[in-house]
Parts: sequence; C-alpha cells; structure tokens
Amino acid sequence: MKFADEFRDRDKAATLVREIEKLCDQIEVTKQRPLNIMEVCGGHTHSIFRYGSEGMLPPGIELVHGPGCPVCVLPMGRVDDCVAIAEQPGVIFTTFGDAMRVPGSRKSLMQAKADGADVRMVYSPMDALALARKNPDREVVFFGLGFETTMPSTALTVLQAEADGIENFSVFCNHITIVPTIKAILDSPDLHLDGFLGPGHVSMVIGTAPYEFIANFYRRPMVVAGFEPLDVLQSIWMILKQIKEGRAEIENQYTRIVPEAGNDPALAAVAKVYELREFFEWRGLGSIDHSGVRVRDEYARFDAERKFAIPNIKIADPKSCQCGEVLKGVLKPWQCKVFCTLCTPETPLGALMVSPEGACAAYYQYGGVKRQERPETVPAAP
Amino acid sequence: MNVMSPPPRKLGRIHVPAVTLAHGGGGKAMKDLIDDVFVTAFASAEPQALEDQARIDLAALAAQGDRLAFTTDSFVVDPLFFPGGDIGKLAVFGTVNDLAVGGAKPLYLSCAVVIEEGMKIDELRRIAQSMAAAARRAGVAIVTGDTKVVQRGACDKLFITTTGVGVIPASIDLAIGAIRPGDGILVNGLLGDHGAAILAARGDLALETEIESDCAPLHGLIDTILEAAPGTRTIRDATRGGIATVLNEMAEASGVAIEIEEAATPLREEVRGFCEILGLDPLYLANEGKIVIAVPPAEIDAALAAMREHPHGACAMLIGHAYAGEAGRVTMKTTFGGKRIVDMLVGEQLPRIC
Repeated sequence: MKFADEFRDRDKAATLVREIEKLCDQIEVTKQRPLNIMEVCGGHTHSIFRYGSEGMLPPGIELVHGPGCPVCVLPMGRVDDCVAIAEQPGVIFTTFGDAMRVPGSRKSLMQAKADGADVRMVYSPMDALALARKNPDREVVFFGLGFETTMPSTALTVLQAEADGIENFSVFCNHITIVPTIKAILDSPDLHLDGFLGPGHVSMVIGTAPYEFIANFYRRPMVVAGFEPLDVLQSIWMILKQIKEGRAEIENQYTRIVPEAGNDPALAAVAKVYELREFFEWRGLGSIDHSGVRVRDEYARFDAERKFAIPNIKIADPKSCQCGEVLKGVLKPWQCKVFCTLCTPETPLGALMVSPEGACAAYYQYGGVKRQERPETVPAAP
Repeated sequence: MNVMSPPPRKLGRIHVPAVTLAHGGGGKAMKDLIDDVFVTAFASAEPQALEDQARIDLAALAAQGDRLAFTTDSFVVDPLFFPGGDIGKLAVFGTVNDLAVGGAKPLYLSCAVVIEEGMKIDELRRIAQSMAAAARRAGVAIVTGDTKVVQRGACDKLFITTTGVGVIPASIDLAIGAIRPGDGILVNGLLGDHGAAILAARGDLALETEIESDCAPLHGLIDTILEAAPGTRTIRDATRGGIATVLNEMAEASGVAIEIEEAATPLREEVRGFCEILGLDPLYLANEGKIVIAVPPAEIDAALAAMREHPHGACAMLIGHAYAGEAGRVTMKTTFGGKRIVDMLVGEQLPRIC
C-alpha cells in the first residue's frame, strides 16, 4: 500500500531501535529510573499497540498514555445529555461510531438506540447535515466531539447550514482543546514526565507555536509526531536526542502534514463559530479552565445546548474507576483495581475501556506484551 | 440428481408485483407465492417434494458415513444483493460450509423465509433462483421449507434460515480441541473480502471499491485437503468475527497458544486500503469462503500444496503455528517487527473518530 508501507518498514525500524538504545544508554538518569514519555494523543496510543512498538523499546523508556482520546475524557453527565436529546421526539441524533458505547449514568447511546431513540452513526458532520436536508420535518443533532482535529469540520458544517438556510440542524458541542490540558498535566504534582510526543493531527490545525510554553516554561522537550510506527519511533529518538543534549524544544517530526503555522482557513472557521468556555469537565481529570469551546451567540440556533432542554447534571465517576490516574500516567491500565475484572470492553466502567484509542481498551485488545508480562513469563513462540 | 423435472401437480402463479400479508395467510395467495417463487426454483427429481416433511432414506445415508452432521444458520444480510452474491447464495453456501468444515458431505438443506410485506416478487424470485443455482453448484438438494410474511417494520425485507444435513465418513475425525504445539495454521486465501464488500455495498461510506464477496462452497476444497493431509486436526470457516475469532476459539479449545505472522496474512491491497481508511482490522472482517485449518507439522507442505491447486485455495498461506504457551493466547508478529495480542472482538467493529 503506497504511502503507508514506507512508514512501516521493518529494517528501518530495527535501525531506529538500535539508535534509540544507544541514546538511552548515554542518558545517565536511565540507570536509576526509566524516562517517562507521554504520547498525548489517542491516535498514537492506538498505533503503538497495533504495531507492537512498545515492546521494541529498551526498558529505559516508559510510554505514558495521555489524555488525548476525546471519547475517553467525556464525562458521564455529557453522555446523559446526549441520551436526553436523542430521546426527544422528532430528533435524529448523529454521532461518530466510537461515542456510541460510552457509558452514561443511565445508558449509553447504543442502549438508547435499542430502546427506540433514532441514533445514527455518521462518518462526518456533513453526513448529518445531509440527513437534515433529507428530513426537513425532523431535528438532526450532530454530536460534536474531539480536539482541534475535528473542530474545523463541525464549524464549517455550521457555516454551511447557515449558508443553505437549514434550520433543523444543530451541533451538541463537546469540543475540547489540548493545550490547557497538557498544562494541567504538567502542573500535576504526582507526575514526572521527561518529554512529550505531540499530537500530529491537532497540530495540523493549530501549528506548533501553542506548545512553546512546554519548552520555555516547563523545560520539557516535545516532538510533534506522525501516526505511522516509524513516525513514532523517530519522534522518540528525537526526544531522547534533545534530552541527551540538554535541550528542551518543540520539534516537528510530522512535517509532511503539519505546517508550523497551522491551517489558517480551519482556524478562522473555528474562531468564527466557537468561543472558549470558562471551564470544561473532563472525565478523570476534573474541571480544567478554558479547555472546551461552545457555539457563539451568533450561531445560537445551531447550538443543541440552547435548542433542547438538557439535564446538564454533573455525575461523579464511579468510585472504583481509576481512569484519572491512568490518564495522568500515574497508574498503568492493569494496575487499576477494576481492569479486566469489573471493567472490560463489553461492560466498560471507565471511558478508557470504551474507545480503541483508550489506553485500557488498547491494553485489553492488543495486550501490553512488554509490560504486563516481562519475558520471564512470556513463553517464546517458535 | 438435481435435474429439473416438472413437479407432479399444477403450480400456482402469482400476479401481483409485491408481497402482501395475504401471502402469509395460509390460503391460495400463499400457495401461489410458494409455487411460483420457491417450488419452481427448487424443483428436483425427488418425487414427494410437497409433503409436509422431506423423507430421506436412512440406508442411503448410512452407506456414506457413520455420523450425521446437522447444522442451522440464519441470514439477515443488508443489502440483499451485493457484489459477489446475494442473501440466497449466502444462505446456501453458509450452511454447506458449516457442514463441510466438520468433514461432512453436505446433502440436504431446508429453507425457511420470513418476508416483510412490500418485498418485490421479482427480487424474491431472483433470490430463490440464486439459492437454486447455489444448491446445484454445491451438489445439495433443498428439500423442505417454510414461508412467513410479517408486516412492514417487523423484519428487514427478508430473513432466511437454512438447516443442513450431511454425512461424515467414518475415516474423518476433526475436532477443534485437537491442535497440538507445532501444528501449522493455514488459511485458503485473501481475507476480509466479504466484510469489506458488504460495508461498501451499504453505500453510506461514500467509498467506491471493486471488492466482491468471497462467498463460495468449500466442501470440494476440504475434500482435497483431507486427502492430502489426513492428519488435519480441525477446520473452521472464518465468517463473522473473522480469523481472529476462529484463532481464539482454536487456541482456547486446544489449550495452546497461537502466533501468526502479519507478513504471511493474505490480504487484497484494496481490502488493506479499505481497512486503513475506516480504522478497521481485517483480522476481524467477515469471510464467506475462507477457512482456517490446523495441520500437524509433517503435513503442512502437503496441505498447502493441495490447497493452492484448488480454485478456492490459490492464495493459501501458512500464517502461523500453535505452540505450548499460555492456553488461549493468540499473538501476531507485526510486519513492523513488534508483537501484539489478537483478542476476540468485543461487540461490533466501530470506526475510530480521529
């Protein structure tokens, strides 16, 4: 497969792993403890598990799976709001697929669908707009979810709806922004991180400048990384090189996609439709200032939060669920009290078990072959 | 034996374009529907085709083996027609394959249909004819059936249930729990075509592909394999849940671990691309003409060679081995040089959002 296989080359991977091992040996601190490198984005978590990259790294490197899975950090109360909207008569509730199974306090969207709500899976907000066009007597609501990666597409869909005079379409906006969250993680006292793999697709929209504070203020290196397994390995190598040379900079490994200055038309559409919320509630991480956006007053008629009565009740995460600690990288997924016992992908307690980008689901599905059982308990395959 | 011959009575004819509830009422309308659509298509040389039950000669069955194989499956595929097949063809080959993977010679099928009112008679006729053609190709007879009509919304256009009967020769003893460490794990060709074809045919992905369902009867291929590799431990068809599910069932039932090589897993470039775009894992995509077999080490080469000579096994590959590891564990060596667990699928495969 062109433009994919080139980034999955086994020999190049082996060379990179050797170089990473060499660098790791030259970094003094790895003799006392492993370097903690957080991949912020769920896309990286998925790629790391899918290709088994984690198991190829030397023991001096510990990957910490960060909060960058928008489905995982969605608080239960917001799912309840979705269900409440979906259950109103006349509503067609549209959503990306992986949000369907996120547990609410009463039910998930998938259960609401089974109970008779008209919940439909779409691949793009434009599909939802097309549904609105086709069903003028119904209210079509799109579940806007995700970081800056998906924000422009919902913003442009709202602008399109306005241009076409479509009044039966609205967005239930749960878009969140990554930068305040990285800051909150860096301020967290129980966590020591040595570097970051930066989110590739978010950066495609926002560019690399918003991360400068990580290098300048917190003195941590970040490398904006692509999602193919060689991208990830090369980015880890770049982080180690910075650490070894005593540098803390924002570097861009994903230059084939990410322009340093971001994408102006996308940013303009986002700025036109959305404004920052004072704070937004994150599952496991609590309330983070300025970490979410809402629809501006000018577009109020496309805002499902204003169009429908929603319960808007804050629901505490289940007590036994330790998603927060896992999200911050304090606990490994299998160290959570309910991992694989009460919390499984079939009956997820915590959101990290729901999406394939969630660290727990990724461990469950693809297995932490490296961490969960070190070689002494993993029998060799022939 | 399946030569068409005129049935022994005057057949009813249907004169309306679509099925209504009247066609399920048990009266003349129903008789007309059954006669015109099903009996005409399935007519065989068997003389008492219109009794309430098929009557099968026991002595003739017993002469072919020492165990009866008996299986049933329901088919609810959407859309009814898709590249490479339709629900009727699927309903015949699916049940034929469920018999064949046990080593049985498939002989007789039943066909029960649940029809949603409003279904076009022409479509129904096409499906019945497709079933008849598939049965002829597989060398089985459809000998009994049932027709129900339900009101709009109570089912989605058409559901078909086929039950199959076959005979297992005394010399064959396949068992899913029989896999031993060192056994080779083989597949008969390109994986995931059916799942990808169906998803694409639903038309809500705005993706154009040429991928066709691999829907095919596999008992001929299985005969060839068992002749070349009589020590074959077990054979499974990798339908819903894909080969990942079958491998997990095999590892668990046999108390072994299985490791496969991503590089040896045969995939059409188009299916790889399709999965890449949608965030799907081809190991979990459904197949309708693919089997996974476990063969003792000494017979791997013979089994592979025999498969590759058969039209349904031209792209056969040795994809991995069983070994004495943690019982039930399935892992894959990735082309990238890493290793990951291949678990059972939880629920439906949902596409990722970013």
